[in-house]
Amino acid sequence: MELEKIIEDTAVQLLRISATRLPVNVVNALEQIKETATGQSALLQLGNITTDIGIAREKSKPMCQDTGIISFKLEVGDDFPLKSKLKDIFVNATRRATKEIPLRPNTVDFFEGNPKDNVDVRGHIPYFYIDLVPGDKLKILATTKGGGSSNVAALGMLKPGVGLEGALQFVIDTIIKAGPQGCPPYRVGIGIGGGEDICMTLAKKAIFKQIGERHPDPKVAKLELAVMDAANQLPIGAMGVSGSKTVMDVNIELASRHPASLPVGVVMSCWALRYGKAVIGSDGSVDIIET
Amino acid sequence: MTIHKLTLPLTEEDVRKINVGDNIYVTGRIVTARDDAHKHALNLKEKGEPLPVDFGKLGIYHCGPIMQKDETGTWHMVAGGPTTSSRMEIFQDKFIKNFGSRLIIGKGGMGSRTTAACEKYGAIYGMFTGGAALLAAAAVKKVVEVHWLELLGMPECLWVLEVEEFGPLMVGIDAHGNNFFSDNAKKTEAAREKAYSIIAGVME
Repeated sequence: MELEKIIEDTAVQLLRISATRLPVNVVNALEQIKETATGQSALLQLGNITTDIGIAREKSKPMCQDTGIISFKLEVGDDFPLKSKLKDIFVNATRRATKEIPLRPNTVDFFEGNPKDNVDVRGHIPYFYIDLVPGDKLKILATTKGGGSSNVAALGMLKPGVGLEGALQFVIDTIIKAGPQGCPPYRVGIGIGGGEDICMTLAKKAIFKQIGERHPDPKVAKLELAVMDAANQLPIGAMGVSGSKTVMDVNIELASRHPASLPVGVVMSCWALRYGKAVIGSDGSVDIIET
Repeated sequence: MTIHKLTLPLTEEDVRKINVGDNIYVTGRIVTARDDAHKHALNLKEKGEPLPVDFGKLGIYHCGPIMQKDETGTWHMVAGGPTTSSRMEIFQDKFIKNFGSRLIIGKGGMGSRTTAACEKYGAIYGMFTGGAALLAAAAVKKVVEVHWLELLGMPECLWVLEVEEFGPLMVGIDAHGNNFFSDNAKKTEAAREKAYSIIAGVME
């Protein structure tokens, strides 16, 4: 089969995996929260969540009706034969996945309406994060993040004088403000530094790390655990009914900042932290990565 | 916390027995209604025009479902998790007052206007798990009828559904003036300093 077709088929498959099969590391994190939950209502809510995840996996149907704005993170090897054609392939895959799975059409243009295929009429969606890497492979992360948890994200352009402590307080403030609205237990991604765009991108990428993966710098890893501990003092709990942990994990990405700026990005995922991963070789070999 | 298994339509006596924090399972008929359906229904009522369903007898479900018609022309719910209820806060008290609705279902909680109407007229708000779209669909035994499909579209129109043991729904607002979510928001605010102190503790 042609490599282009293999990539398109794989992208459709990854969107299906993302919408219907919650990664095992996320399921385990939710199960752990259920084990330590003390509230009866929280246990019932977490029971609803795990039952829903089970039905989705068994019937291969989207676990939540909101499969969001589609995005792909691509790592393209220097020697991978396709480059500029990749975007078109993934746009086609998005159209196909919308029909075949099906996914709810979520791309609404102010002037042109909803084309009903999850593709932006002006070319911005699906959104791409592209890295160029050594080797001859293409690594794909496909995501279907819902709108409810995106609505509780926040950007803080703080005064540098408040320091790292002020930045992390802003994260706590953001979680308090979100309360039950973004469907907790949340996965929290934090980007500190860079600029207004950089910190948000870093925060978004952070939520797709494996649960339990800590920052390689132990100074940052310590902050991740502290923010998680602090957030779990808040009595929000699963779906806001209190009686369980509020946050399943926290990851921080730190970048250098401009001396006059302290940008902080906070991105949260709902309990349905969905994605699919695969690696495609130049020879057309496909390796779906279980997470 | 008490678990109640309820059959719709609810009476005032039924709802006055229930308290915030209780969990309920409901059997009977509910109708999906989001922003546009609430607005349209209230407009018709104001003009004195007839309504296609009795909003007083049906549970009101804040939901924009994905529905599918099979080969025989019968509708089925594919996915139907709740949508954010706070958007309906501007309509719900009038709904409860005008139609006598006794059960509102959604997610994320509602505000003081709805709480006051629930107390005054005898109604409750039950929260269903956000995102649990397939679990909700599994409780739907039959799609009874659909109204305003052409007018409002699939997610916004009125789907009358026969549900069996739909739940558990946590009661977020009872008919005694209590609101779990606004109380819990205050408790969450009160925990801010404790959370801050943990962060302060790890600063070099």
